[in-house]
Amino acid sequence: MIAFLLAQTIAITGGTVYPVSGPKLANASLLIRDGRIIAVGTNVSIPSDATRIDAAGKWITPGLIDGAGQLGLVEVSAVPGTREATVQGDTIAAAFNVMEGINPASTLIPVTRIEGITTALAVPTGNLVSGQAVLIDLDGATIEQMLVKSPVGIVADLSESAKDDAGGSRAAVADRLRRMFRDALEYERRKVDFSRAQMQPLSASAPDLEALLPVLHGRVALIAYANRRSDIETALRLAKEFKVKLILAGAAEGWEIAAGIAAAGVPVLVEPMNNIPGYDALGVRYGNAAVLAKAGVTVALLETDTHKSRNLRQQAGNAVSYGMTWDQALRAVTLSPAEIFGVADRYGSLEPGKVANVVVWSGDPFEFTTGVEHVLIRGKEIPLTSRQTELFERYKKLPPNY
Amino acid sequence: MRQLWSLLLALTGACASAGARAAHQATPAQSAASLAESTSVNRAQYPSRYQRHANPPVVIRSATIMTATGQEIPHGAILLRDGRIVAVGATVDAPADAVVVDGAGKYVTPGLIDDHSHLGVYAAPGTEAESDGNEATNPVTAEVWAEHSFWPQDPQIPLAIAGGITTIQALPGSANLIGGRSAILKLIPARTVQEMKFPGARYGLKMACGENPKRVYGRRGGPSTRMGNMAGYRAAFIQAEAYRRKWDTWNKDHKGDPPERNLRLESLTEVLRGNIYVQNHCYRADEMAQMLDLAHEFGFKIRSFHHAVESYKIADLLAQEGTSVSVWADWWGFKEEALDGIQQNAALNQQAGGRPIIHSDDPGGIQRLNQEAAKAMYAGQRSGIPITRDQALRWVTANPAWALGLDSIVGTLEPGKMADVVVWSGDPFSVYAKAVQVYNDGWLVYDRTDPAHQPRTDFEVGEVPAPGSDR
Repeated sequence: MIAFLLAQTIAITGGTVYPVSGPKLANASLLIRDGRIIAVGTNVSIPSDATRIDAAGKWITPGLIDGAGQLGLVEVSAVPGTREATVQGDTIAAAFNVMEGINPASTLIPVTRIEGITTALAVPTGNLVSGQAVLIDLDGATIEQMLVKSPVGIVADLSESAKDDAGGSRAAVADRLRRMFRDALEYERRKVDFSRAQMQPLSASAPDLEALLPVLHGRVALIAYANRRSDIETALRLAKEFKVKLILAGAAEGWEIAAGIAAAGVPVLVEPMNNIPGYDALGVRYGNAAVLAKAGVTVALLETDTHKSRNLRQQAGNAVSYGMTWDQALRAVTLSPAEIFGVADRYGSLEPGKVANVVVWSGDPFEFTTGVEHVLIRGKEIPLTSRQTELFERYKKLPPNY
Repeated sequence: MRQLWSLLLALTGACASAGARAAHQATPAQSAASLAESTSVNRAQYPSRYQRHANPPVVIRSATIMTATGQEIPHGAILLRDGRIVAVGATVDAPADAVVVDGAGKYVTPGLIDDHSHLGVYAAPGTEAESDGNEATNPVTAEVWAEHSFWPQDPQIPLAIAGGITTIQALPGSANLIGGRSAILKLIPARTVQEMKFPGARYGLKMACGENPKRVYGRRGGPSTRMGNMAGYRAAFIQAEAYRRKWDTWNKDHKGDPPERNLRLESLTEVLRGNIYVQNHCYRADEMAQMLDLAHEFGFKIRSFHHAVESYKIADLLAQEGTSVSVWADWWGFKEEALDGIQQNAALNQQAGGRPIIHSDDPGGIQRLNQEAAKAMYAGQRSGIPITRDQALRWVTANPAWALGLDSIVGTLEPGKMADVVVWSGDPFSVYAKAVQVYNDGWLVYDRTDPAHQPRTDFEVGEVPAPGSDR
């Protein structure tokens, strides 16, 4: 068992490889050593000491990346003792990094990864500024072992749900965010005055303002949740004013201004199956992801419900049903999120040098008929078991053998 | 979206169901609709004003016909006329005036039935003003009827129609031990709920176990425990037994003044008489076993356990009791009593000889009930449970029809059945398939290729994208 879990040389042979960074390769092989991909192609020589995975007739893709949810940060949604994604009583929680809230032993992690999701963004929620999102691989005994990147971005909310934190108006949301950015810059210029209390009070605490500086210097992204077209435009306006590297999230009415989003060079995180109209987004519709992608926007697809993160592939399939090309959809759950989160040098495609997060599927990953046959995270094969598979084994014959 | 769990909690009253017996043109054995409504009064109450919409005869040819009766006919045909399925087979004779639909490459199934929906009672756009699903003022509100909350202009309705849904059970929420009567509805555009009410369908009664009533009433006089929940159901049915006795006595000879009507006890009495089906929101296996004992104590049947995420643990018991289970394909973990949900739940119930149903309880899921059935089918198959395509199709057609007491009228493609029919762009168990045409009682209520057959609600007019824009 221990040997099984150790990084080693693994060869996945004879399958159809979808590198994402290039065209698919029939009857190709993938060579993995010490957690990295070292060769991909139709003419890879397999060392004799390699553990072989026969993938004849199978599809091989990068592990899927879900850019939403609270994997590791929640166990039972309705049980507050198991929720770690929201810091109470701080409407501008920019310094709140969720990392140390992550529970590597969460049962959701095996449940999710055995269905081909290998990497996820752990996203803080609530408040006007929710905190710092971090990217994790869905394997590891410690937080450090799971961590891919921290922070990926600071999360701000420009949707209807943020209004209460700003006094009840969208205009106040924009104003609060604008003042916050100005105050952060002011704080940076006058740290000494601030520490001597020789300044007017600022709109957030020193740690929160400090945390915003990398955003204002373009080193960390601002992940802005906005759905209504005008809110998306506000996010774009703010980003332009403060020269912030923006990632739009939600963006339910993004299709209405797809060209503008594309022109701004802003990537978008979209949940394709979201189409229930509410006053936050009366224009919500299935075709959103496809329209954005067609306009040239870099799109990543989401499954926002943490317990259903495994349905990311259903989201992708539905995105194809409603206008994305299959290749676009695969990219939108692999290489595009890797690019958006700034880890495309290590993640998102099957190329030499990349982290070996690899899934072997029985067929089209988006189809319900398809099962996951092998999952590798950082070059280690993951046993295809979870609390749910154990419950199934326990009850598949009744009465159970307690 | 980011706070889904809190939404779920807010909607927590969504999980009971109701029973119904439908008299279409052909009257089923139970004759008077008034029987289904009340035996306490002999006048019609809030009757259905449903009328079939005229449609020329339709013949769909060269399609794969999935009948939900064990047959999958490649290159088959089906004829619909006057709201009925007239013929199904490799070939059918069609009248000269029939509209011919080329079904090459397409699939035809019965209209899908969702026996657990809150469309119309928790309508979009989801404001407090439209939150009409939980009468959370008393743990027992058997006197409320979902149809009296139902808003026919809910913009979620056309979305569900476009997903191939033809019949729903709209349920009160699950805040209460006994939440009220359900509405069994034809899912068609209409100005009033009366025009949607499935003719002759029996009501269902929503009951709820577990966490929700505890949470809602725990600090409001109770119940605050599961044992308190049980005591609450028992107290209600004890009152109903006494009420029933009074009316039975008076009904024998009509001597003197009739007993005073009590709407709450009237609903419960009809459950005791078997005229209303109990549809019971219940997650945990041990709790379902308690509810079966409750039903035994008072001599009624539970028609379906809804959500039933742990039903696989007692699939043998449920099959033996003849109680169906209305489950999700893969929901779990959003609350403590949902922790043990597994993807093989429906399949394991099928294997045990039970009657699984895939339900939505969700305005998104109802649009993709075929996909949910597909996930549950393949999860079973991959685990070595030989679920057939026909069985999985029945999870969203014939089985929910049974749970509503409508299985002699809808749920399969057989001559004589109501012409509730969906034409799919491809295999309905593929993620890429979409409903192309939906016929409800023979009426072409939706056509993906024709904006003239893409109904919109008033709410959408001038606000949301126009027909044909892939909402």
